[in-house]
Amino acid sequence: MPFVNWLKRNLVVLAGLFTLAYLLLPNIIVTVFSFNKPKGRFNYEWQQFSLDAWKDPCGVSDLCGSLSVSLQIAFWATLGATLLGALIAFALVRYRFRARGAVNSLIFLPMAMPEVVMAASLLTLFLNMGAQLGFWTILIAHIMFCLSFVVTAVKARVMSMDPKLEEAARDLYAGPFQTFVRVTLPIAAPGIAAGALLAFALSFDDFIITNFNAGSTVTFPMFVWGSAQRGTPVQINVIGTAMFVVAVLFVLVSMAVGNRRSRQKA
Amino acid sequence: MTNTTDPGGDVRLTGIAKTYGAFTAVHPLDLTVPQGSFFALLGASGCGKTTTLRMIAGLEEPSAGTVFLGDQDVTALPPYKRPVNTVFQSYALFPHLDIFENVAFGLRRRGLKSVKKQVEEMLELVQLGEQARKKPHQLSGGQQQRVAVARALINHPKVLLLDEPLGALDLKLRRQMQLELKRIQTEVGITFIHVTHDQEEAMTMADTVAVMNGGRVEQLGTPADLYENPRTTFVANFLGTSNFIEAEVDSQGGEDIVLKAGGGKLVLPEARCSAPASTGGKVLVGVRPEKISLTHADDAGEIPEGRNRITGRIADSSFIGVSTQYVVDSPVCSDFEVYAQNIDRDPRLVPGAEVVLHWNPAHTFGLDAAQSVFAGTEGSAGVEEAA
Repeated sequence: MPFVNWLKRNLVVLAGLFTLAYLLLPNIIVTVFSFNKPKGRFNYEWQQFSLDAWKDPCGVSDLCGSLSVSLQIAFWATLGATLLGALIAFALVRYRFRARGAVNSLIFLPMAMPEVVMAASLLTLFLNMGAQLGFWTILIAHIMFCLSFVVTAVKARVMSMDPKLEEAARDLYAGPFQTFVRVTLPIAAPGIAAGALLAFALSFDDFIITNFNAGSTVTFPMFVWGSAQRGTPVQINVIGTAMFVVAVLFVLVSMAVGNRRSRQKA
Repeated sequence: MTNTTDPGGDVRLTGIAKTYGAFTAVHPLDLTVPQGSFFALLGASGCGKTTTLRMIAGLEEPSAGTVFLGDQDVTALPPYKRPVNTVFQSYALFPHLDIFENVAFGLRRRGLKSVKKQVEEMLELVQLGEQARKKPHQLSGGQQQRVAVARALINHPKVLLLDEPLGALDLKLRRQMQLELKRIQTEVGITFIHVTHDQEEAMTMADTVAVMNGGRVEQLGTPADLYENPRTTFVANFLGTSNFIEAEVDSQGGEDIVLKAGGGKLVLPEARCSAPASTGGKVLVGVRPEKISLTHADDAGEIPEGRNRITGRIADSSFIGVSTQYVVDSPVCSDFEVYAQNIDRDPRLVPGAEVVLHWNPAHTFGLDAAQSVFAGTEGSAGVEEAA
């Protein structure tokens, strides 16, 4: 039974390939349909190859406006959440203070809370405060739910760091600021970077909380949702594909840099 | 290469103490480490030796007392302003920097621009010139240890502090590094203060050893002095092995004290008795196992006059190559240890044999009887192996 033997030997590879296909199929469909020229308003059936949408990605009214809003919010939310989250993580690992245990568990609450419940509660809060819904309320909400993820990522890294390293730096003539910049920060950097990437992806993607608290502001996920009711412009696929390609390039470049660095040192 | 000729570069601790709440880690302690010496703080874990070291480094703030480096009072200075560097037990090499940058760290922080030559020289000294561009995790334990030493020494500190630097190495490498560190110290002439729980390590490397116990310095001296003239049972047991006999002072005259133990008499030189001895009082008589000779009871007549002697029966013997270790059961002390060189082995000396133990009275030391004979032995509190 040569076939059975072959299957036995390659089962792991096959399983891997199938899983990969399962993961990537949606992305492939999105990419393929970004080159479609649909009849009518819905981009659900393959008609013919066309570069129209790629040549004019902002051709649909409000699409690029919403994309710009989303990118801005994601940028500031990432900055805010990373800064605050890293500080919280350092405080939780390095200092023993009252209510440290409570803070440690409370920080995970936003992750555990059903998103739609949190969205509705936030809306209530903003309305009671008389806040004007829009860019700022979205930003505040995003920083809030990104925080827990950043804290988790940075905390893991800082916890694995030997506190003797900072003592060694102080012993070697580095003052408190130099110690932080030269030793603490570089060692914590991978954790901070991971937290920041996570925060960006979460913020850029978010629909539920944003939809509740956006007022008249429209983000990219909201735009896609809205247009899906009336028909789906090919440009949405173009933006999706572009984001995917940028993300893949980012990963490839950082991997290449990491590889080259470790090969240099070896 | 350093200011070794600068007089008064001693480390002086005066009345230095450290308390954590109700717990006293270090009792008020005075200590002077002469410039250029290799000084060891020896003790079991929790005896306060590392805390003392960290107070010299500035990583721990003393609760009382002052730290002087030469004439300068550095008690209030933060660690980065003290001319003192530390080799940490875990080495604490910066994982994100290569070996070169690890070694250059201190120089760069002090604003030196051209560090290349110095760093390369220092890496040569510790025989790591080839490894300059590697990251710490790519080196072996012994190499990492040498990087840690180089990183501290390159700053030409007035004092180099070593906190159990060899603790993580295996035995063979540890022996090698002991000699290596001793060589480096002789070469650069910097004062080394070495913290260790390993008595052999302290005795091999240091010029002066301070034995610490329970936050106090129990005794201070050269390794040979500590070994031959321990003043407490803790020191006698922590450095090597000792046999103790509780004895009563029979008479004092001239340079010797005559003691009664069991039915016999023992002679102890007055100069070697650290306890107050008055006729009728108790004294602990100590003698090291390798000073004792074993003679079969049948040959007791051949033992020269004037030696201290005790009778007993061999309870156990183990052959360990260079010597044979006997445990002798005697009326005055139930587990008398004797180490005999394997020169002329008497085949009659087997477990069960009646023997006479005898030694030169000059090798006897006397201690205050009001202390536990088990202090500093492995079973007693505070002497478990340090991490």
